[in-house]
Amino acid sequence: MSEKMILIAGRNSKQGASLNAGKMKPEYIEATSTVEMNEEDMKKLNVQEGDEVEISRSDAKITAKCGKPKKIEELPSGLIFMAYGPLSSNLMTDGDTAGSGMPISKNLEVEVIAKKV
Amino acid sequence: MPEAPKENNNIKIIENATCTFCGCVCDDQILHVDTKENKIVKTLNSCVLGKAWFAEHYLDTSLPECLIDGKKATYEEGITEAARVLTDAKFPIVYGLSDTTSEAQREAVAIADWVGGNLDTTTSVCHGPSGIAFEGVGESTSTLGEMKNRSDVVVFWGGNPAESHPRLFPHYVGTPKGRFTPNGRDDRIFILADTRTTPSRRFLREEEKGGKDIFLQIKPGKDFEVLWTLRALVKGKKASNYNEEETGIPFKTLEKIRDIVLKAKYPTFLFGMGLTMTRGRHFNSGAVLALATDLNGLPGKKNQPKVHAVAKPVRGHGNVTGADNVVSWSTGYPFGINFSKGYPIFNPGEFTTTDLLSRGEADAALIIASDPASNYAKPAIEHLHKIPVITLDPKPSHTSKLAHVAFTTATYGINVEGTVYRMDDVPIRTRPAFESPYKSDEEILSSIKDRIRETLSKNRSANKVAQEPRTDLNKKSKLHTAGRRSI
Repeated sequence: MSEKMILIAGRNSKQGASLNAGKMKPEYIEATSTVEMNEEDMKKLNVQEGDEVEISRSDAKITAKCGKPKKIEELPSGLIFMAYGPLSSNLMTDGDTAGSGMPISKNLEVEVIAKKV
Repeated sequence: MPEAPKENNNIKIIENATCTFCGCVCDDQILHVDTKENKIVKTLNSCVLGKAWFAEHYLDTSLPECLIDGKKATYEEGITEAARVLTDAKFPIVYGLSDTTSEAQREAVAIADWVGGNLDTTTSVCHGPSGIAFEGVGESTSTLGEMKNRSDVVVFWGGNPAESHPRLFPHYVGTPKGRFTPNGRDDRIFILADTRTTPSRRFLREEEKGGKDIFLQIKPGKDFEVLWTLRALVKGKKASNYNEEETGIPFKTLEKIRDIVLKAKYPTFLFGMGLTMTRGRHFNSGAVLALATDLNGLPGKKNQPKVHAVAKPVRGHGNVTGADNVVSWSTGYPFGINFSKGYPIFNPGEFTTTDLLSRGEADAALIIASDPASNYAKPAIEHLHKIPVITLDPKPSHTSKLAHVAFTTATYGINVEGTVYRMDDVPIRTRPAFESPYKSDEEILSSIKDRIRETLSKNRSANKVAQEPRTDLNKKSKLHTAGRRSI
């Protein structure tokens, strides 16, 4: 069953450090294809650390791997976090910047579902 | 001075080197350079990002100097082709510039001017909204040195500096002892605002641990409401229509913050992408800038000095601030500029790169030291695949993979000497570690510019500009890195 959630994309140390080796290298790809959720949301989705989920928005869909579950006090229910990169950018399906030059890159409304093996 | 390891006589030590990974631009780096292997084998005073920056930018001579449609080519061939693409195009765009020297940035501005094209930097997808807000409400600025010496309250809004700028707190505004903050960390109160808990929260000494710091866990997209309410409170207004449930922050907490900043001597607001990349964009940035200005406008109280508040955006890339400075003093505007009428016109939303690509308006792109094919909105990336793209990058990237002409360049700050601007607009000279056989961005851009000038001079009837562009200050191409000296 899918859940409507809000994606926050941002920096983290792994993404920043691995970026220097190159965006095609496995360390960067892993850092930017991991999604963080809290333990309650992971239970709802029936996933554990290491499982894959599909995250979709409009006509875009990506596959990400679940990271270590967060406590609800750290990451509120309904919020997911990914390190900013090609995968999270794939979900920026709207090129409209409302006249500002900046597309909405955080707080994206997405649907998340466990990927069927 | 640190001693070189005895087992390797090829080590050269460079002191006061500059790290250009993030906007902190730490210029106290000590590099141990293996001059035989042309790599940095050890760094001191670096954070995890700086260590990776220096370690991973070793000399890799396997990369071709240039590729045209995926085939190896010489720099000369690439320069000729790049100039042809840009002069033939009807709406060429020049974009990027956040990871190169200011000397190279100047050449890029001149190229856009020559071809009557569009000029934009990564600022438009970073703190562009803050740049728009500056024009609306102004900016009470400060250097990081002033913050170190004076800041007694630091409010960090919408970011995770522990992972994005790891030395910002330990080296600049957190723990260091300053002239008016002799006890360092103990003299400062921190307020951190974010939608989630990040490693940055570990820096706080919150009430539960006997401290005075505050963490604000704001509901997504509600920063503006909180900031606007704080503006009202510091001015003595009631703000009776504040909705706690909407924002997730109790009104009493905002009253506490009001009291803290009103008692502070130098409240300092630092803000990040949590404000610029979310609904509201420049309104969010404007709210925090206006809050600092509101505090400065308050009358002084008896026996208490007036508050002096400052607010600075926290910049992500090493020289994105340099791009702002160079483009601003060259054209009068910071980003999102078009030269097709022969003079610069600024209009975010019309001349910013996400918009131009998403609407399919650009018909050629010169992308310098950035990777929009990795990080841009999907419709923009799709259009990049359809037009001839020229890239300059030290390493292969998503954008260079789709490029018509892809130049491999020397790495600024590691191979190339030049000027970079720290996030607080302080210019700093880099100290390169070792030389590279690859050309610098400045060299390639200057050559492309010269080729464009020759082409346009020959074809005056097809010339897009009536006179030589004013932004080309080096009409006879004197390289600033000529006679490059090594330390």
